[in-house]
Amino acid sequence: MFSPTDDPGPNFAELLRRVGLQPPTPATSLDGVLTITHGTTVVAVRYADGVIMAGDRRATSGNLISHRAIEKVFPADRHSGVAIAGAAGPAMDMVKLFQLQLEHYEKVESSALSLEGKANQLSSMVRNHLPAAMQGLAVVPLFAGYDLARGTGRLFQYDVTGGRYEETNHASTGSGSLHASTVIKLGFGEAMTRQDTLDLAIKALFMAADEDSATGGPDLVRGIYPTMATITEEGFERVPEEEIAGRFGELIAAMSLREAERTTLIAETTSDHGGLQA
Amino acid sequence: MTMPFYVAPEQVMKDRADYARKGIARGRSLAAVVYDGGIVICAENPSSTLRKVSEIYDRIAFAGVGKYNEFDQLRIAGVRAADLKGYAYSREDVDARSLANQYASILGQVFTHEMKPMEVEILVAEVGPERADDRLFHILYDGTVMDEDAFTVLGGEAEALNARLEEAWSDSFDLAGALKAAVTALAGPDRTLGAGDLEVAVLERTDARRAFRRLEEDERAALLA
Repeated sequence: MFSPTDDPGPNFAELLRRVGLQPPTPATSLDGVLTITHGTTVVAVRYADGVIMAGDRRATSGNLISHRAIEKVFPADRHSGVAIAGAAGPAMDMVKLFQLQLEHYEKVESSALSLEGKANQLSSMVRNHLPAAMQGLAVVPLFAGYDLARGTGRLFQYDVTGGRYEETNHASTGSGSLHASTVIKLGFGEAMTRQDTLDLAIKALFMAADEDSATGGPDLVRGIYPTMATITEEGFERVPEEEIAGRFGELIAAMSLREAERTTLIAETTSDHGGLQA
Repeated sequence: MTMPFYVAPEQVMKDRADYARKGIARGRSLAAVVYDGGIVICAENPSSTLRKVSEIYDRIAFAGVGKYNEFDQLRIAGVRAADLKGYAYSREDVDARSLANQYASILGQVFTHEMKPMEVEILVAEVGPERADDRLFHILYDGTVMDEDAFTVLGGEAEALNARLEEAWSDSFDLAGALKAAVTALAGPDRTLGAGDLEVAVLERTDARRAFRRLEEDERAALLA
């Protein structure tokens, strides 16, 4: 027990520091010394009932694929979720610590933090991680949740220094985020349905995987698909894998059909061309 | 140089125990009863903001009677110990028995070494996957730990309450039955307690990670009806 003037209050990270369980920061840069496992593309999109978060399943170490089925989208508490990109080890630890911090606060204070408070909490965790990021262990999360006070979904993007940026419609981070966010930007509309938003996020991840080698596409051989979750007034809920598989199936069928049409068209033009020559 | 009067250690301990018991008897009592779907903890508490019963961890609850600031300090220490253990090892490794032992050593230490003992009695309850795995640890102001398996009563008139609850107890209780028995025991023969005078929480035997749930006033009233 701590004396009243020296009490860490509901702050779990501070408590860890006091008892010496805080993760250490590497003293020198790890770049080129060790290969670090990286997680890649995650997106969050606001829709009519709240927010959808989605992430691919690939982790890479340099140019090797180190995991095919890691999870990058996690519940932070009942009404919010966190998705990660960057050095996988510290990122997982940051998520675990963030989840614990929210629960710890709720238990000690007997009331949950506001969504804004949770976003700021994550911001300070990323900022405290900056020394490790400087040594090559950068972690860049996304935070999204349903704001019960305002009755809407909200999303927050971060940078490696802990900068916190609230986005109105969509957010993404990780190596494939450029491609993913372009797809979302073009397809986004106000108050979209759950189905349309899931399809948009799936398309975004597919396109990111198509262009970025560190982002994993759907693995049809092993049946591994991106993870997706919805956060609404009812709380954080994972989208069932069968549903994701079905939607990916539709996207792939539509794209194959288009590709087939295009090839026949090319074949026709070339054969016409050939005919002229003859 | 003045010499302090010699006081026999027996007398010192007795005085401290009397002091603590008097402090505890000033507050209202609390009962915990095991039922088929978990554990219900029921306290007589007119305040809806200053809690006597609260969550410590996934399957563990805490309850205290006596001096509010003292048991609240113990509650926070318990949340910290449990969260730290779950972070350092795994969530499954956090259990009520080791938490109860930690509380017992804190209370024992304070009782013998500090100026004044803590005027509290606390309960650490854990719901298990089966009824046989449910745990109720009742810890006294001097660090004495008692392990109960069906029900326990904390507070000033514990003996009378215990007798009343013993009489009403049945091993086929559902939530409503267990709650009614607890409330009748707390009220005694001369009073009746309504849903508004109580603070009730349950540890439910569910698959969900967090088993602790507070019962709001309308739900309490429905169960007591």
